[in-house]
Amino acid sequence: MSISIDEVKHIAFLARLSLTEEEAERYSNDLSRILEYASTICKLDTADVPTTSHVIEIKNVLRDDETGNTLDRETVLSQAPSSDDACFIAPRIL
Amino acid sequence: MSRNSYEPVIGLEVHVHLKTKTKIFCSCPNRFGDEPNTNVCPVCLALPGSLPVLNRHALELATLAALALSGNISSRMKFDRKNYFYPDLPKNYQISQFDMPLSIGGGVKLSNGRTIALTRIHMEEDAGKLLHTAENLDESEYTRVDLNRAGAPLIEIVSEPEIKTPDDAHEYLTNLKQILEYCGVSDCNMEEGSLRCDANISIRPIGETKLGVKVEVKNMNSFKAVRDALRHEIDRQIEAVNAGKKIVQETRLWDAGLGTTRSMRGKEESHDYRYFPDPDLVVFTLEKDFIESIRKKLPEMPKERSKRFELDYGLTQRDAGILTQHRDLADYFDEAVKLYSVGAKAIANWMLTELLRVIPEGESYSSKIKPKDFVELIKLIDEGTISGKIAKEIFSVMASTGKAPRDIVASQGLTQISDESSIEKICREVMTENPNPVEQFRAGKKNSIGFLVGAVMKKTSGKANPQLVNKIFGRLLNE
Repeated sequence: MSISIDEVKHIAFLARLSLTEEEAERYSNDLSRILEYASTICKLDTADVPTTSHVIEIKNVLRDDETGNTLDRETVLSQAPSSDDACFIAPRIL
Repeated sequence: MSRNSYEPVIGLEVHVHLKTKTKIFCSCPNRFGDEPNTNVCPVCLALPGSLPVLNRHALELATLAALALSGNISSRMKFDRKNYFYPDLPKNYQISQFDMPLSIGGGVKLSNGRTIALTRIHMEEDAGKLLHTAENLDESEYTRVDLNRAGAPLIEIVSEPEIKTPDDAHEYLTNLKQILEYCGVSDCNMEEGSLRCDANISIRPIGETKLGVKVEVKNMNSFKAVRDALRHEIDRQIEAVNAGKKIVQETRLWDAGLGTTRSMRGKEESHDYRYFPDPDLVVFTLEKDFIESIRKKLPEMPKERSKRFELDYGLTQRDAGILTQHRDLADYFDEAVKLYSVGAKAIANWMLTELLRVIPEGESYSSKIKPKDFVELIKLIDEGTISGKIAKEIFSVMASTGKAPRDIVASQGLTQISDESSIEKICREVMTENPNPVEQFRAGKKNSIGFLVGAVMKKTSGKANPQLVNKIFGRLLNE
């Protein structure tokens, strides 16, 4: 199991990471080794194990449709790097 | 190739806000129009350590919608993370459903007999709202972010790519909206964004079975806009292909002002959302008992209801169709006929003309004029207490004051004159005052009686019983 330099670059782009050529090559090696290590689990015979999406066996956790507390706007906005009196400010999109 | 040698292939994705009190995964109010960033909490702001918990009512409404659209509810569903970066999405992922959605299949019937099949219906959270500082997106220096809508409960209804014309797309949306409104799952208000529609569209030469390259069109804020955008996009694609150009897979924005679509710049080069199961949310098993308990809440659907109105009350297909277009109107009719079933036809006529005239669209019919009062007015006409003309006046007063018709009749002295001798006296007066029409009538011009009847109605402010007036004139003029 290996991960190519191009794959590393693609994932980096999706994650908005900027990598140098050197880094891309290094991550390709490192990630390949990690994947190889993790692939040990593939050796297990899982024919009788049902597909699972969650390790916890709890299911159907629901809450009632009742209104709870909201946060105070001033407090909320104070946590943001940039805001005006009502909104978060983000760089222009598109 | 000529325009007619291509066929469009259209698929629609419709997002619908569910009418819950709170958001899908947290207890913040799910409300439109509040001050920005006042309905937020650690969960919908994506603060570290906060955990989402599914809203039971959202699940119930989503299931109800899926059943109403004949979807097959999955016995197991889960939530996944859809990863992308955009400032309206505080977590940098949207909680949605990927390979185990709420419902598979289903369909929406069209009047031409075709059913547009649904691929799936899944639950997800809405993103926040971006407010642009300038009129034009390109001129905005920065973007303001309001997260009140972040985490609002949505269902996404995905149709198969089997809609063939912009008109069919329009009808599909109209019928879909009607069904959802009937179930009470959503307000389906496009202006407030509680119903949004994106379209996928491609063209192919007729006879070709392979799908062409599809273009996604967004930014349509009415069903009419969807139809216009589709028409335009079909033309654009055919022209491009005829000019030897290739259609590229892209997202285009509809510009209603210009009547064109334009390519959205800065689009992610691929839909690589890297979905994976959300570890914060457990699996849901939707048991038979649960599904059946929801199925019991399904209301009578518009098409069945319309048929019943035709069969039980002898309404025309057209009238029954209009009365069942909106559930509140159909409920009103049902309530009224329950009180006075022999008057069903008159009730329908009065609703379609007067009620729809005096109650502005979007306002509650029964809050302005109670069905009980409405029926009483019809009874007053049927009993001969008031004339149809007076009834219309009373109706307007009812709409503006909310008073009962009997009270209005009594306080304004509007009771119909049905006493023969009083009417005869007025008829004789009219005959004396208008010798010409009388002569004309006697000379054989029978329709001059209309003038005389009109004069009596004018004299009595419309209170004379018109049948009696006609009868009496018939006798007096032939004397």
